[in-house]
Amino acid sequence: MKPGAENQAEDLLSQATAVAAAVADPELPFLTVHDLGILREVRLEQGVVVAQVSPTYSGCPAVAVIENSIADALQQAGFNARVERVMSPPWTTEWITESGRRKLIDNGIAPPTAPGTSKSLLFATQAVKCPYCESDNTQKISEFGSTPCKSQHRCNRCQEPFDHFKCH
Amino acid sequence: MLAIAQKAQSLNDHLMRSVVEIADDHLILGHRLSQWCGHAPMLEEDLSMPNMALDLIGQSRSLYSYAAKLEGAGRSEDDLAFLRSDTEYTNCLLVERGNEDFAHTMLRQFYFAAFMKPFWQRVMAGGDETLQGIAGKAVKEITYHIRHAGEWLVRMGDGTAESAERLKAAIESLHPYTSELFWISDARAACVDAGLLPSTDVLQPAWNNMVSEVFTQALVDIPEVTYPLLGGRQGKHTEEFGHLLAELQYMQRTYPGAQW
Repeated sequence: MKPGAENQAEDLLSQATAVAAAVADPELPFLTVHDLGILREVRLEQGVVVAQVSPTYSGCPAVAVIENSIADALQQAGFNARVERVMSPPWTTEWITESGRRKLIDNGIAPPTAPGTSKSLLFATQAVKCPYCESDNTQKISEFGSTPCKSQHRCNRCQEPFDHFKCH
Repeated sequence: MLAIAQKAQSLNDHLMRSVVEIADDHLILGHRLSQWCGHAPMLEEDLSMPNMALDLIGQSRSLYSYAAKLEGAGRSEDDLAFLRSDTEYTNCLLVERGNEDFAHTMLRQFYFAAFMKPFWQRVMAGGDETLQGIAGKAVKEITYHIRHAGEWLVRMGDGTAESAERLKAAIESLHPYTSELFWISDARAACVDAGLLPSTDVLQPAWNNMVSEVFTQALVDIPEVTYPLLGGRQGKHTEEFGHLLAELQYMQRTYPGAQW
């Protein structure tokens, strides 16, 4: 390898990683794939940029769109690129970054809240904090919402309905 | 050496057929649930059922892709999902039963989810890496299905006289189909022996416990099954299945290879 070639490869990789990481989620456009923690790894393979993505939910229709967006963004930035889907280890909401959690709150969505310690199979309660007034006095309206990753709640204090990014 | 190679080849075939069985269960139940879209008794349910359908169809896609790879014959996940004849589908009969009323739909969902949760939990500890990855996602998703359907069973069973009657009628009609969840094909038996899939010995008690816990809260009894209704795993389906398949396959049959 020529002197400096290694540095060049490193530069290329960090540029490609930045391009891939900045791609937005189509359903939560204020979050990037980096915020969501679904961009697993970007590597160089004989001059080709390979970006690894983990799906959030098995049936999430956004996964294919996200994969195409990452491939498009990399190609537009001049890279020869492909995207790989990795299932294992499975994505978890713990991989959502701190800044991602803040952006969720700023957009009226409660970030993932760990379920309570209740051992009961059914009717377990979960204290989800209202993203508007921070009250814990909220109630679940529906376990399922507008996308597979969200449930619907209402705040008993400020009366606002809000989405909760389910803990997964 | 040849004998070892042949054995590996036949385990590969058994695994492919077993994965298709599971994929078929998910695709057909997902399609059944999707038929509620726009017809649910309330808006929240109109979101819930297609959401669960999406989970199931997503899981079936991962499974079909894996089966296609194991088969290595150039078939795609779409070929497996849409371009087989009715007798080639090996889903259990439970998942193809009609939606009937909300009680039937929720009970069918609960029976299946209560089976799949311990199934996926054990697959995660099993010997197949691809299935472990699929199971890791599916086990979290199916937990929502159990809670959602189970809570409805309690609301119906412990609700009005009408809702309790409907739940009891659903139990009477669907319970005999649950035996097939525990029916093991030759292909599945070979995978269980190889440590790739869990055995009925562990799945049946786990399922019994969960059903019994929820039925107790729903104030309904678990009936004795005197005549188990089987056949789907061997490609023998009910009349309703043909109608379902016609709808499911319409697009691919009319425009073969269509993609979007």
